[in-house]
Amino acid sequence: MAEVGRAALILALGVAVYGIGASLYGARTGRSDIVASGRRAAYALALLSVVAFVILEAAFLRSDLTFAVVAGHSSTTTPTFYQATAVWSSQEGSLLLWLTLLSLWSALVLFLTRRQLRDVAPYATAVLLGLGAFFAGLLIFLESPFDVLASPPTEGAGLNPLLRSPSMMTHPPMLYSGYTLFAIPFAFAVGALVVRRVDAEWIRATRRFALAAWLFLGIGVLLGARWSYAELGWGGYWAWDPVENASLMPWLIGTAFIHSIMIQEKRGMLKVWNASLILATGVLCLLGTFLVRSGILDSIHAFGASTLGGPFLVLIGAMTLGSVALVVSRRDTLRSEHRLDALLSRESIFLLNNLVLVALCFVVFWGTFFPLIAEAVTGQRAALGPPWFDRYAVPLTLLLVLLSGVGPLIAWRRATAANARRSFAIPAAVAVLAAVALAAAGAGSALLALGMFVAGAFVAGTVFQELWRGTVARRAMTGEAPHLAVVRLIGRNRRRYGGYLVHLGMAVLFVGVAASSSFQDATDVRLSPGQQAEVGDYTVRYTEPTARLVATREAGLEFIELGARLDVWRDGEALGAMNPTRGYYPSQDLAGLGAIGRFFEGESVSEIALDAGTQRDLWLAVQPDIGALEPVIQEGDAVFAQAAGGLSPQFEAVALAQTLRGLVDRYASQAPPAQFRLLTSPMVTWIWVGALVVFAGGLICLWPAPDAARRRATAGLAVRVARDLGRVRART
Amino acid sequence: MDPSRKRKIRLGAALSVAVLLAAALVYTSFSASSETRTPSELDTARAGVSYQLTGKVVEDSVERTEQGLDFEVRDREGAAAVPVSYQGVVPDPFREGREVIVTVQRQGGGFVGERDTLITKCPSKFTTDEQPS
Repeated sequence: MAEVGRAALILALGVAVYGIGASLYGARTGRSDIVASGRRAAYALALLSVVAFVILEAAFLRSDLTFAVVAGHSSTTTPTFYQATAVWSSQEGSLLLWLTLLSLWSALVLFLTRRQLRDVAPYATAVLLGLGAFFAGLLIFLESPFDVLASPPTEGAGLNPLLRSPSMMTHPPMLYSGYTLFAIPFAFAVGALVVRRVDAEWIRATRRFALAAWLFLGIGVLLGARWSYAELGWGGYWAWDPVENASLMPWLIGTAFIHSIMIQEKRGMLKVWNASLILATGVLCLLGTFLVRSGILDSIHAFGASTLGGPFLVLIGAMTLGSVALVVSRRDTLRSEHRLDALLSRESIFLLNNLVLVALCFVVFWGTFFPLIAEAVTGQRAALGPPWFDRYAVPLTLLLVLLSGVGPLIAWRRATAANARRSFAIPAAVAVLAAVALAAAGAGSALLALGMFVAGAFVAGTVFQELWRGTVARRAMTGEAPHLAVVRLIGRNRRRYGGYLVHLGMAVLFVGVAASSSFQDATDVRLSPGQQAEVGDYTVRYTEPTARLVATREAGLEFIELGARLDVWRDGEALGAMNPTRGYYPSQDLAGLGAIGRFFEGESVSEIALDAGTQRDLWLAVQPDIGALEPVIQEGDAVFAQAAGGLSPQFEAVALAQTLRGLVDRYASQAPPAQFRLLTSPMVTWIWVGALVVFAGGLICLWPAPDAARRRATAGLAVRVARDLGRVRART
Repeated sequence: MDPSRKRKIRLGAALSVAVLLAAALVYTSFSASSETRTPSELDTARAGVSYQLTGKVVEDSVERTEQGLDFEVRDREGAAAVPVSYQGVVPDPFREGREVIVTVQRQGGGFVGERDTLITKCPSKFTTDEQPS
């Protein structure tokens, strides 16, 4: 099947190159049949990349170890869910996922716009197929997922245990969906600029794709943060690592874009700005993939040389230069149809929101690339830590949250004092009350956090006020029950109220971030059974060690789990027991490792104990001290080494299982001290709740509105029925 | 005032503010950064200055102590190594032979890692070379 997969990729490259040629030739000569042929090439690309992806996925699911990529990233003992998702844990698989998603979205948008934007679409098709050809080329010439092994191993390496988390396995498809969906408005912006058709039609045609891109990319970033919090054993969710930053940058500029296009749709302004934003977003999406895959920066993700750096750099350079050339050469056609009427208007606030987002992106960009910049300027590599990022990101985010409350309510063109009073009196009062209450409760010790709480209260005030007013107005018109009125109000104005919900969710999320980062208590402590430690209001006592062998579905040993049972009290009240553990997975590298020792030379992964609550999370991780076991491990290794070859495989397996059983029993009975990390973080749960609200709001924005024509007809019918009813009533 | 002149003044003021902020950002980035050094480049390290040390954890060098963790870091290519005493969070992927970054300061003959600054290579980048089957 590997040959079929490789052939599908070669054909994919072929149809992509043909499609680029056909689209450009058709556009230049005005031949609609050739343009349609180019579009069909995009459909064929989608089909062929899906075929390649399905072949690779099937190889993972049936553990076909003749595929080098399967042998390197999966195994027969890997659980089925992780076999299915291990595809994108490899470089080759993740690039194939990129191509598959890109070609699917491309086919979808080109199908939906087949009767629209006839002049713009061929160029957009060429750009999308160009990106497809680039990734198909990488997969054929540099990172083939279909390389086969001449002598396949009897067992694969398995999916890295650290990646065995549902949130980490869904994180890459979400990020890549975001990246590839942003390619759609990018391509149409290029097409619109090429043919100098820069009205809002290309924006309307691709707005949903931009919104979906923003939503998926945001979910991807959040899933990465959740994985970091729950799996990595350090208790944080954001570290300003270059790879985190790589996904954040296009999200920030994409956020600016989906706000500023409203100004272009409504008032024909900011055309240069919008074109520049989406072109920058497209480039940043490629830059994000480049940062993760090229190894250009020293980071936890980006060590090691890669063959992909050069091609990515050439593509990003071409996209950047092409984008700048297009915007500069089309600046005369990109003139605004109107000017800003007043500094206090919705347009101005949206522009300010855009400037803050771009500034935030610049901060992240500068900090991420600083090692390279410093080396170029001073000849010495240097790096910036999280405090530097926080210094700029925190106040800018605070301003952003505040603006998300002001922007949707302030009047278009020019706000008056009466408008401001009507819109902001209640939210401002809510914010002042929140400030007073929080200061009285002692939150004044962290001023920026207090600022975020107040800004959050202000945003919540604006959203609930608007919902209330809208519902009251609707009920006055229709007489509907309150719950029905709210649902229908949102259903009839999805963009508006979906947007409000997104703003509310972001405010909740950042309140969670501010509280958990400013008021966290952390203790690193070494305890023996019977000893206890304090963290925040909690008392944690190490009662006893836990140890067990964890079997795979085939009853083979998957990993050894050592942990601790901890009794927890809060303010003297017993809360029960918690059980953080650490899993020790055997190394697959058998050279030089003993039969027992290899279990402690492979990956070891924390399984934290988490008591999550709306007020605070108690987060516990353990690092068992296996030093006391080392003499036993060495002795066991020596015995098995001496007996090598003299035992039947079945007897050796039984002896190994019994020895490991003895080892874990010894750990439990010896009860050695262990290292603990104890954290209490207030309101972390609200980060995830806020993210869900953002997700719900985004879905509401995305959900297609009822057909406008049908709505007009229904409204017409309602009027007629009302009139008839009126007549009937008048007669009676 | 002439509207176009007013617009130009506004634009000039906005650009000046942007340039000033960017200059502040650039200036603070150079003053707040720590130099990135490999073990062999640390022989000229000054006491009281933080460096970001990058390299590989030396085999058989990791020792858990009452206070935390002692280990040696060597050049990625080469044998030059420095001892590091570290307290704080140890990431799950930390292992002998694996690449790490840790912020350190010279203290006596060795280096002391700053609390919670130890990071290791991300699992998504582990290659099959490290896990041959």
